[in-house]
Amino acid sequence: MTATQDAPAPQLEIGRDRRRKEDQRLITGRTRWTDNLTLPGMLHLAMVRSPHAHANITSIDVSAANAMTNVVDVFTGKDFGEELGVCINAWPITPDQVTPVHSPMPADRVAFAGEIVAVVVARTAAEARDAAELVDVEYDELPAALDLKESASDTVLAHPDAGTNKSALWVFDSKEAGTGGDVEEAIAKARTDGIVIEREYRQQRLIPAFMEPRSVVVDPTGEQYTMWSATQIPHILRFALAATTGVPESKIRVIAPDVGGGFGGKLQVTPEEWIAWAVGRRIGKPVKYTETRSESLLSAHHGRDQWQKLTLAAEKDGRVTGFKVELLADLGAYVAIVGGGVPVLGAFMFNSIYKFPAYHFACQTVLTNKTWTDAYRGAGRPEATYGVERIMDELAAEVGVDPMEIRVMNWIKHEEFPFTTVAGMQYDSGNYEAATEKAMAMFGYDELRAEQKQRRDSNDPVQLGIGISTFTEMCGLAPSRVLGSLDYGAGGWEHASVRMLATGKVEVITGASAHGQGHETAFSQIVADRLGVAFEDVEVLHGDTQVAHKGLDTYGSRSLVVGGEALVKAADKVIEKARPVAAHLLEASVDDIEFSSGRFSVRGTDQGMAIGEIATAVFAAHNLPDGMEPSLDSDATYDPVNFSFPHGTHLCAMEVDTETGALKMRKYTCVDDIGNIINPLIVSGQVHGGLVQGIAQALWEEAVYDDAGTLVSGSFVDYLLPTAADTISFDIGHTTSPSTTNTLGTKGVGEAGTIASTPAVVNAVVDAVRHLGVTDITMPCTPERVWRAVNKSGGGGAEPTEESAMPHFVEGALNQDAGETGEGGDL
Amino acid sequence: MTRISLTVDGEKVADDVEPRMLLVQYLREKLGKTGTVIGCDTSNCGACTVHLDGQSVKSCNVLAVQADGAEVTTIEGLATNGQLHPVQEAFRECHGLQCGFCTPGMIMQSVDLLKNNPHPSEEEIRLGLEGNLCRCTGYHNIVKAVQYAAAQDSSSVSGASEGVTA
Repeated sequence: MTATQDAPAPQLEIGRDRRRKEDQRLITGRTRWTDNLTLPGMLHLAMVRSPHAHANITSIDVSAANAMTNVVDVFTGKDFGEELGVCINAWPITPDQVTPVHSPMPADRVAFAGEIVAVVVARTAAEARDAAELVDVEYDELPAALDLKESASDTVLAHPDAGTNKSALWVFDSKEAGTGGDVEEAIAKARTDGIVIEREYRQQRLIPAFMEPRSVVVDPTGEQYTMWSATQIPHILRFALAATTGVPESKIRVIAPDVGGGFGGKLQVTPEEWIAWAVGRRIGKPVKYTETRSESLLSAHHGRDQWQKLTLAAEKDGRVTGFKVELLADLGAYVAIVGGGVPVLGAFMFNSIYKFPAYHFACQTVLTNKTWTDAYRGAGRPEATYGVERIMDELAAEVGVDPMEIRVMNWIKHEEFPFTTVAGMQYDSGNYEAATEKAMAMFGYDELRAEQKQRRDSNDPVQLGIGISTFTEMCGLAPSRVLGSLDYGAGGWEHASVRMLATGKVEVITGASAHGQGHETAFSQIVADRLGVAFEDVEVLHGDTQVAHKGLDTYGSRSLVVGGEALVKAADKVIEKARPVAAHLLEASVDDIEFSSGRFSVRGTDQGMAIGEIATAVFAAHNLPDGMEPSLDSDATYDPVNFSFPHGTHLCAMEVDTETGALKMRKYTCVDDIGNIINPLIVSGQVHGGLVQGIAQALWEEAVYDDAGTLVSGSFVDYLLPTAADTISFDIGHTTSPSTTNTLGTKGVGEAGTIASTPAVVNAVVDAVRHLGVTDITMPCTPERVWRAVNKSGGGGAEPTEESAMPHFVEGALNQDAGETGEGGDL
Repeated sequence: MTRISLTVDGEKVADDVEPRMLLVQYLREKLGKTGTVIGCDTSNCGACTVHLDGQSVKSCNVLAVQADGAEVTTIEGLATNGQLHPVQEAFRECHGLQCGFCTPGMIMQSVDLLKNNPHPSEEEIRLGLEGNLCRCTGYHNIVKAVQYAAAQDSSSVSGASEGVTA
């Protein structure tokens, strides 16, 4: 801490690549995952799940399971009344949304394969699982609504009582909203004297696949019921438990201890949590449930799953005149907590960085008999970015110019900020030119285009493609008024407290709930700078509703831009409370007290006190200004005034073997403008990880169902998560246009990589083979699909993914056991 | 029940276990070694990787009874005398972890990889870690961490694993 005014300014923490405070316990195995908890007398749960996508439950016989040694009890939906509660949807996107009641454990009918019908309670997890095998459930199978388009036509109903699968239709029209022109007019005009591009893209179903399987522990033995859960949203979880299970909120404590990744997948209130809650209360003993990976893939919510029908109207030179977006979005069997809100978030992003004069967005959400869908990293924005960035490439091909030229012609120029878009968003800052120039230089754009031409000219069997994605996103969810106008069930503020301890150390409490991001480090840096204390002297507490009593948790790249701003405001209140104490102790007028680098000093003198010394004096409270409350501790709740809008230019080079369809990523460069950076090391990690999740959607991942509604990619053998050997190292860079809507000038980075990378990769793959007549390849772009597209065999690679290349259950399949029956296939 | 005796992180232990009990369950449930975690049920993810007699194994793929008489090192036994193993240091230095769930397995596999190949190329590192899944880092900084560890004193890297269990 500086002692005099002459001392050199201390190094600012913001902008430093601090190593993470979190890491020590994580690299030594000293972690508190929910599944690590063991409480005295704790019992274990195992779930019995429906194998059928849609069926009436005709009977459940639990007697054999109940008779097992060390089995305590077995419950079905019939054993519980209203205390079981329901899983809620917090965002009915229209007033007349069809929202089937979502019981955590239905007693009468199951609506997807994997739904829980009974729960076994036993002394060990292994005994619970053994007994679960003995629960005898009789089903009467019903026809299942599986295909999204078919389900939208109501041929088979996912919930017969609802009378329709169509849950809600959400529409935005720029002419009606007064934010732009009439899109139909623009399209009509373009049909006569311009260009109309019509495409339909598939956003395949994905699985968040966080590495830590979900786990929940309920302890009903204290005055308060405590729930530990591997969740992103302890505060929302607490509220929802109170709202639906009849337990007063003040009697509920929720703790999210170390949480092993989420990516939106733990932004949910789950049947497993509700069942553990009900069983724990019923039995009066602590209970634990930890899912297997297969259960996780089967029943934790999935992401994406849309059909996108896009119509782009443009002048002959490529200047876009209108964009019409019609989405079908698969909700799965129930409307999840964000539910239809996920595709609706895309409504504000399909126009992206461009100055489209007219825009229309319509999203029809559809119920099916598949696993429910909800937020997955990016949530609505990757889908939108994919649609617009793919179709801008198609426009460029139609006009016959480099795809970057089309973007430059249509994007918002840096001198035009702040800019109100055709979707009604106000973009506060950005500089697409600067990010693009830097990215193209880092990438070696011109050299790679030259190599591409050379490979085309020489008819090289391995062709090179270059993909562009100039994206923006909205993050920092969210201004509460905006959420209110969209009928979201809560606000978007965040809370923070700063506690000044007697020894001069600082405790910071945040309502954001980290699950791997590094909040403890980044938030320490912010507070250290603001209060002028050492980075090491700041302790960040979070994730326990008894410590961080108020908050709206972590998702939507909101922790820094909303939660960080709350921290700043709380810290500033501490300084203002300390100022009169400093004046009093230094025997000076408050007006003469200056605060800088952690020190209060009397203007024009060398007299001063460190903020830690003031904290000690306030703790003693022996000599304070008359009437002053002896505390510097301060709270702040910050409601953002706007979203923030990170942007960037991503460039990808893909090599495509036209003889085999094999793909190889040659290079990936991105330059992201995320405003001011608190910790560049953490930012780089967020970008890298985000990129791979987006790339994985382009190339590998898909949740695949068979025609009976069984998830066949239900394990890590079948669901293709990329490995180190599948991926490459990335070139990342930044430009900086500070956000003008928060004092730190930050924007948010958690989802940027995922949002931007998917279209960059697919654009590169298509670009490599466009001269062979290929205009699209359905995701994931498997070698088979690429080969079929190149060889024009079977519809250009647009067929659905094979259920399994090697059927598991078909008679005569290679994996059938020949031992007992002798009927196995010959090898 | 079957009686097993083994050495885990330098301590001698003995227990009666069910023959079907996996080594990872034994470590977590009987010994409280919860630093080693379970990420899947198909031995794909590698989060449970430990060293069995000096070699990396997925402890979900080994029965506890198979470890009878063996020396097991987990992430909790990798540091010696309060000194982090160079690979642990490297993961922190290079931000090779985020949520940290895959990290114990990733570090144990990296130690094994460097023991067998003290100066691997990027490709060798990527192939050597193929059996360990990470959802947060995109592997970029994990690869950097292994390169960083390899660039440190290679004798301490390759020697430390044996040092712990001896």
